[in-house]
Amino acid sequence: MDSKRPNRRGFLKGGAAMAGLAAGAAQSAKAQVPVTELRAKGVSKEQVAYGDRSPHETSVRTPVAERTSPDAFGLVFHVNAPLQDLVGSITPSSLHYVATHRGAFVPDIDPKEHRLMIHGMVDRPLVFTMDDLKRLPFVTRQHFIECAGNRAKPTHKTVQDTHGLTSSSEWTGVLLSELLKEAGVQKGASWIVAEGAEEVKGASSIPLGKAMDDCLVAYGQNGEAIRPQQGYPLRLLVPGFEGIFQTKYLRRIKVVEQYYMTYNDYGHISEDPRIAALGNQIGPKSVITFPSGGQKLPGPGFYEISGLAWSGGGAIRRVEVSTDGGKTWKDAELRTPSYPMAHTRFGFHWRWDGKECELQSRCTDELGTVQPTRAQAAKYWNKPLDQDFHPPGTDNTVLPWQIASDGSVRNGLS
Amino acid sequence: MDFHKPILIATILAAGQMGFAQSPAYGVGRTPTAQEIKTWDISIGPSGKELPQGHGTAKEGARLFLLKGCGGCHGTTGIGGKAPALVKGGPPAVPGEPPPAGMEGMHMVPDTGIMALRSPYAVTLWDYINRGMPLNREGSLKPDEVYALTAFLLYKNDVIKSEDEVLDAQTLPKVNMPNRKGFADIPEWKHGAPRLQGYP
Repeated sequence: MDSKRPNRRGFLKGGAAMAGLAAGAAQSAKAQVPVTELRAKGVSKEQVAYGDRSPHETSVRTPVAERTSPDAFGLVFHVNAPLQDLVGSITPSSLHYVATHRGAFVPDIDPKEHRLMIHGMVDRPLVFTMDDLKRLPFVTRQHFIECAGNRAKPTHKTVQDTHGLTSSSEWTGVLLSELLKEAGVQKGASWIVAEGAEEVKGASSIPLGKAMDDCLVAYGQNGEAIRPQQGYPLRLLVPGFEGIFQTKYLRRIKVVEQYYMTYNDYGHISEDPRIAALGNQIGPKSVITFPSGGQKLPGPGFYEISGLAWSGGGAIRRVEVSTDGGKTWKDAELRTPSYPMAHTRFGFHWRWDGKECELQSRCTDELGTVQPTRAQAAKYWNKPLDQDFHPPGTDNTVLPWQIASDGSVRNGLS
Repeated sequence: MDFHKPILIATILAAGQMGFAQSPAYGVGRTPTAQEIKTWDISIGPSGKELPQGHGTAKEGARLFLLKGCGGCHGTTGIGGKAPALVKGGPPAVPGEPPPAGMEGMHMVPDTGIMALRSPYAVTLWDYINRGMPLNREGSLKPDEVYALTAFLLYKNDVIKSEDEVLDAQTLPKVNMPNRKGFADIPEWKHGAPRLQGYP
């Protein structure tokens, strides 16, 4: 049942290795027509291969500035998604950010061998194969995943540095509530512990109320099987909660009577009940991805400001943009459907007069919660607003981009 | 896909029971044996009720710490290796510098990332050493070895006072951790509720 030692070298090689894996998967597909037969019909290998993007498109993920991946032990840590290059609301699976519990290798799991066990305070412990899970009623939903460490710092240059630890996908799978009802949750149960099959068997405690509400045992991502870096073959989605709860390589769910204080959990705890309350769910957050840090506007004229908004509290209802450093705000347009706990793309018509200015965005979610500025957060916590101010919980504060008169864009925190 | 007859029959029976919230609606999946559950279940909760038989002391743990290669990554004294510091008294983190391994997301204060000081329950150490260590040989330690290594880390951090104190399934959950009262309860999660009322 354990995961096999992965092809580490393969992951480190990145794109080339992923393409190799994908080609292998295509060849083992059930209804695959032999390539020789297709060639006889005049179909080239390229026409039937797992598709590549144009060689002119070169955007890639980058390791977070604070920690290299792979690290001294060859472990993969946190790799940022290139938000400045993305359009729409879906993050391509190949560019989805990657994060791991303590640093991990991406396991090579045979889906035929993979099992999910549900046990603990249930009437009927159950073991599911992947085929079992695919027999059950499914749902398909868009949800973002964001790492709690997605925190803009003054040293960051681009939106990939400041906000690259969030991504949004269309996920397909079985509602966890269906599986828990199938097992029959016993009276007195109040939490679940979800555990992955990777070598460290990362586990997180999740409130039973959330587990029964909208958690998803997902096998599909963006129309195909979940990618190995994202938890192949099975991942738990805990919509709106911090990334660490979105258990990859899901192998076990134990229903328990109290908070289990796992390795993943103990780093979250706080003496301050307010900080503890901010530790699970992500607040409303938005960022402008164009124009953004490191880009340069060629000259005055029309530009469409574009960005992303999301919230752990539900759907995005409103996004506002300021082009004068937060003095005045105007409504942006939501350009994609606004799904609960999913990235929503916004756009805003803007005519740049060629003068220095500061761009900001802020969003409001369906609970009516408005994304705070750093000044508002500092005031709440009664802390001085300087470069060292570190909002507790996930940092969902507004990030300003400064436009210089030469059109260059830089991090407003720097 | 295996289509065993009993599952089909169970499905038909289950279909007749739909509508009862606590009855299986689909009859998909199989029942694990008690032994399977025992083998898979490596979660040790704060009560320690899942802890296995076995015992160990800090003295034994000191020897194992070097024998099992822990010191190779964490430093022979538990400080100064490439892997997270396990013992208090390491150099303080410098603001603006990359945080030491294992300290990401934590406050930039020395010793806050050390599990023996931060976790309110000693069983968290046992659970993590058992599931996650040593790197590349995870899950290979025997219960006696995990008890001994847990005792060693607790002793080195002054949580237990004697290197001969025996830790086992009864004594480990009773270890008085320095952070036992140092964390607030997480408020009950409710659909549609803001994470913190009044927070901007």
